[in-house]
Amino acid sequence: MASDLELDTLLSDEGKRVIACCGSGGVGKTTTAAALALRAAERHGRRTVVLTIDPAHRLAQSLGMEALDNTPRPVDGLEGGSLDAMMLDMKRTFDDVVASHTTPDRAAEIFANPFYQAVSSTFSGTQEYMAMEKLGQLRASGRWDLIVLDTPPSRSALDFLDAPARLARFLDGRIIRLLSASTPGSRRSMLSLMGASAAVFTRVFNKILGGHLLTDVAEFTASLEDTFGGFRKRAEATFRALQGDQTSFLVVATPEPAAINEAVYFSRRLTEERMPLDGMILNRLTPVGASLPAERALGAAAALEEDDPDSPVAAALRTHADLARRRASEQRVAARYGAACPDIPQAWLPTLGAEVVDLEGLRDFGATAAGAAAAA
Amino acid sequence: MSATAPPVPRLHIVTGKGGTGKTTVAAALALALAGPGRRVLLAEVEGRQGIAPLFDAAPLPYAERHLAAGLDGGEVFGQAVDADEALLDYLDMFYKLGSAGRALRKFGAIDFATTIAPGLRDILLTGKIKEAVSRTEAGRMAYDAVVLDAPPTGRVVKFLNVTVESGRLAKTGPIGKHSRSVARLLHSSLTAVHLVTTPAAMPVQETLDAHRDLLAADLPVGHVVLNKVAGTKTVDVTAEQLREGLRRTGLPSDDGLVDALLDEYAASRVETEAVDAYRDRLERLGRPIDELALLPEGVDLSGLYQLARALRTSLGETRRAAAEPEGDDHGE
Repeated sequence: MASDLELDTLLSDEGKRVIACCGSGGVGKTTTAAALALRAAERHGRRTVVLTIDPAHRLAQSLGMEALDNTPRPVDGLEGGSLDAMMLDMKRTFDDVVASHTTPDRAAEIFANPFYQAVSSTFSGTQEYMAMEKLGQLRASGRWDLIVLDTPPSRSALDFLDAPARLARFLDGRIIRLLSASTPGSRRSMLSLMGASAAVFTRVFNKILGGHLLTDVAEFTASLEDTFGGFRKRAEATFRALQGDQTSFLVVATPEPAAINEAVYFSRRLTEERMPLDGMILNRLTPVGASLPAERALGAAAALEEDDPDSPVAAALRTHADLARRRASEQRVAARYGAACPDIPQAWLPTLGAEVVDLEGLRDFGATAAGAAAAA
Repeated sequence: MSATAPPVPRLHIVTGKGGTGKTTVAAALALALAGPGRRVLLAEVEGRQGIAPLFDAAPLPYAERHLAAGLDGGEVFGQAVDADEALLDYLDMFYKLGSAGRALRKFGAIDFATTIAPGLRDILLTGKIKEAVSRTEAGRMAYDAVVLDAPPTGRVVKFLNVTVESGRLAKTGPIGKHSRSVARLLHSSLTAVHLVTTPAAMPVQETLDAHRDLLAADLPVGHVVLNKVAGTKTVDVTAEQLREGLRRTGLPSDDGLVDALLDEYAASRVETEAVDAYRDRLERLGRPIDELALLPEGVDLSGLYQLARALRTSLGETRRAAAEPEGDDHGE
């Protein structure tokens, strides 16, 4: 077992203000974030808030709450300490930012624009951008000692780092600028600046997208100009803050090739960007209790079945052999992470008996995670 | 459309919650459908390059490429569909752009168009798949079946519901016509959306939700694939039996080992019972359920063929019927 990540040390470190759980979809990020937040609150007395972004309402289930909205709500049933939980509503966060950066009239104009409606609800990257924004707001409020962040359920963990910059770049890109500089109906300025390609672009794209879409975009960018500056600066400030010592990144994975590869890519990237990566949490290892080699168990099972094809002892031995082989195969896959990122402490966690759906489950998960290094 | 039996699906769309193994199931399904003399296309659309590693192959290109031998002599081709490339294709088809298309890309216009209109991206991706489904070569269908490794359950209805999502795009002109013909295929009985799940609470719940949403969107649901099922015999065993059995076969029989084995066995029986409960919930959907065993060593190439054989057995009926090509024109 390669567990050397001291989670209790991390959770009790008063210098740490943000813990971000990253990883590809389906590895248990949300559960991990909720369990760590609960432990920080209950065991280490830190005023903690957990911010989840997953639209599947999984954290709501895990925390036994009916609904999470865009503001932190206290979690009931704690054994001491203070924990709030919230789920990001990206549309509402976007609306709030717009409203706080412009006059009510201007804001109403922006809200009514069909392109704004698309950007604020379906745009790829908006979720990540708004997660950064919300994180910035929570930090600025000063209400919490520790913010635990669950990252959006994107296909790649890297999206969390890249999407906000990509969206900001896009909103500030040259096509958008040219569009906002040219009023709908007279495209002369675009033509002279963009040359022949632009002519093709507007002709073809108006046909494909419908003329109204480009007009919406042009109007949207014109009316958002001042707000954009705000967005960009804030996103950049939050991103820079993530580089500081107050932040801790934890990468979450399961012992499957795709998840481990993703964890390796993400860890390398964090190292390149000088982001503080403090550990890797490996979820869902097959639990094996008996220390009997799979081959010997299988051999014995076969011998017993010669006398009695339905031997219950053989069934128990075959069950053990299956578990042991699964575990060995998982460890081979997981070992790739240690080979690729030898300096990153890890915590290897077995699948707990039941699925984590309540505070008690989260507590067990947190205790197992914190105890992994000691048990190693 | 022929007036006889409903056509057998030729477009198999595989979705599931992240981590349930939908890419693996899509790959195994493609192998299973590639029976003697049959050609099957296996496509992915999310730029993940999830298919190639399963076949120990180099990353898949935008163009279709031979990938593997199917079961019993068929052929499986692979493709990674990319929206930007598809848009260029599309522009070229309707506007004869030539090198101007490449200039557009360099300028960032392709990226811009697919970014400001996310619905366009989905139409381009599904449109490319539809083209492969309906293409004919030398008087026969180019592919007997197309298997799509689709976005996960949370996003799949939006991805497939192209006419709704294109509401903001031009309704007249080629893209409108194009999206309507894609929608006709996706909503027809030539398409089947298969739902992959593992026997666990959240994946099963997402499967039930996705099933409801697909029906609400009038999209055709195919099979439910219950993946990674760990099989255990459910017979009782006592500590005495175990100790005696261990001793008889020359294994250590100390209390520690006996207790640990009993714990493992009890835990996996609980797991098996949980699988039964999940299977019951899934059966209420009234769809065929294919069950795939958890492979203890993980899925390598031979494991993939093993899963394909298991799927072929449960798809048997479909496969025999599909061996006789339908003479209809599916909506063109």
